[in-house]
Amino acid sequence: MAKVTFIEASGKQHEVTAQEGQSVMQVAMDNLVPGIVAECGGFANCATCHGYVDDAWLKKIPPPDAAEEGMIECAFHVQPNSRLTCQIKVTPALDGLVVRLPVSQTGE
Amino acid sequence: MNAERHVGDVGVLLGRERNVVAMEERIVIVGAGQAGGELAAGLRKQGYKGRVLLLGDEAHPPYQRPPLSKGFLQGKVALTDLYLKPLATYERFDIELKSGTRVEAIDRAAREVSLGDGSRLAYDKLVLATGGRARPLSLPGLEGARLENLFSVRSISDIEAMRGRFVPGNHLVIVGGGYVGLEVAAVAVQLGLRVTLLEAAPRLLSRVTGPEVSSFIEKLHRERGVELRLSCEVRSLELDEARRQVRGVGFACHGVPERLEADLVLVGIGLIPNTELASAAGLAVDNGIVVDEYACTADPNILAIGDCANQPSAYTGGRIRLESVPNAIEHARVAAATLMGKREPSSAIPWFWSDQYGLKLQMVGLSTGYEQCVTRSSAEGKEFSAFYLKDRRVIAADVIGRPAEFMAARRLVSSRAEVDAARLGDVAVPLASIAA
Ligand SMILES: Cc1cc2nc3c(=O)[nH]c(=O)nc-3n(C[C@H](O)[C@H](O)[C@H](O)COP(=O)(O)OP(=O)(O)OC[C@H]3O[C@@H](n4cnc5c(N)ncnc54)[C@H](O)[C@@H]3O)c2cc1C
Ligand code: FES
Repeated sequence: MAKVTFIEASGKQHEVTAQEGQSVMQVAMDNLVPGIVAECGGFANCATCHGYVDDAWLKKIPPPDAAEEGMIECAFHVQPNSRLTCQIKVTPALDGLVVRLPVSQTGE
Repeated sequence: MNAERHVGDVGVLLGRERNVVAMEERIVIVGAGQAGGELAAGLRKQGYKGRVLLLGDEAHPPYQRPPLSKGFLQGKVALTDLYLKPLATYERFDIELKSGTRVEAIDRAAREVSLGDGSRLAYDKLVLATGGRARPLSLPGLEGARLENLFSVRSISDIEAMRGRFVPGNHLVIVGGGYVGLEVAAVAVQLGLRVTLLEAAPRLLSRVTGPEVSSFIEKLHRERGVELRLSCEVRSLELDEARRQVRGVGFACHGVPERLEADLVLVGIGLIPNTELASAAGLAVDNGIVVDEYACTADPNILAIGDCANQPSAYTGGRIRLESVPNAIEHARVAAATLMGKREPSSAIPWFWSDQYGLKLQMVGLSTGYEQCVTRSSAEGKEFSAFYLKDRRVIAADVIGRPAEFMAARRLVSSRAEVDAARLGDVAVPLASIAA
């Protein structure tokens, strides 16, 4: 069990409990957190689960693979700490993780 | 959650609430699939306070179908990983999910639906999210036959039924060279089956993509051992004596009759939208339940979303019925806004993905009516993109094995900016610089 806090672009916070092994995207889905759409269901096809992970946490997460990197590279509202939340697995080391969400997830 | 218990509850609650003066408003969603599940969650996300009832005839909570013909069939994705949310989420957010509950009819005057067990359930707003069913092979002599090794791929139970026959060496004959047929072909050859795919058109995916992409996909499958037969029309199925198993498939390729022995047959020839409830209730149906840009039917209390709905499209300017997860999610968002008293029509651009041999196929826009196709390909020919241009603008793109290019293609299609075809076709020019 780990605590994860999602912060919507509006500033609204959602602190939720995650099960180990879940993806951060799935944690948001299970808790009805707005701002993560996850159209492709976690297969790194859509980039609608895009979130910003603070540098301190980024160090505890394996780096993106080529597919994730490619999707992020050309996604909308990208920052250096952009990740696809479906590609991040919750581990005990991530207890307290904070993920900020981009202005618009669909980006059209 | 126990389905029977909940079905029972519905009747009891209905009786009780009839005597209550001020009834809580209730939204009843028919179809607990991708769109229905998304709508129920979306209403709670937006703070909807009334009752939300989500009725589905399958035994499962809302799940994602794309992995059915991909990772789930291959045994790489577990059943519970298909579920969009765990059951506990529905309980926690007070979404009354009733699985194993089929809606049989709508009584618009009484604002009630009748359920499979004969009980009735009142609604204030009703949302039809009934999806569709696999189009069956219509062949003379097949009527009423229940064949144990003839399959379609629409639901978890379809996959569970065919799993046992996905053993190395078995001959699988696939009818239909659309996405579902191709995805199953890819999984099957990887699992060691012998695969023959019969397609009626002269090329694969002919309804959704250009010839350049069709030949790329064709090569992809042929190189991995799928036997592809194009311009082939299935004419008969040969059954065993008990009429329970298919033994062979009779077809004609370019008009020449042939036959093939088969251990199992998969039919992937499209979807029939589930519109019967709507049409029996007198609502307009024309390749899907006809709705406006806010997902409303002509009855102000009934909406329709997802695969079953025919909706106006800001992207095409016409009407469209789409079969895709992004459409189901977007359409659920539009309906949630409508039900919350806001009006937010969709401006989304259709997009779709597939996965074959671990290669991502990502498509955006609709290529219908394009004037020019510009392709980009890696030297080894392992990756491939096709851009469809009209009036010098990219109206659609198919991107294979290049996720970054796909995201850039989405921008090109949504911006509708004019592009230079020569630069577009030059792999040396990063696509992002054209899209920027
Ligand atoms: C094998 C397969 C692979 C796919 N791959 C992709 C892909 O890669 N990418 C993509 O974008 N899309 C894909 N799709 C399409 C996508 O799954 C659908 O577009 C999406 O599920 C549509 O959602 P929906 O809610 O409209 O319908 P569905 O998800 O089909 O849900 C409808 C539900 O309503 C139920 N129902 C119907 N009538 C009644 C009734 N009278 N009473 C109660 N319940 C009822 C049905 O049983 C069903 O559970 C795929 C589909 C399949 C089958
Ligand atoms: S959910 Fe689609 S990329 Fe993460």
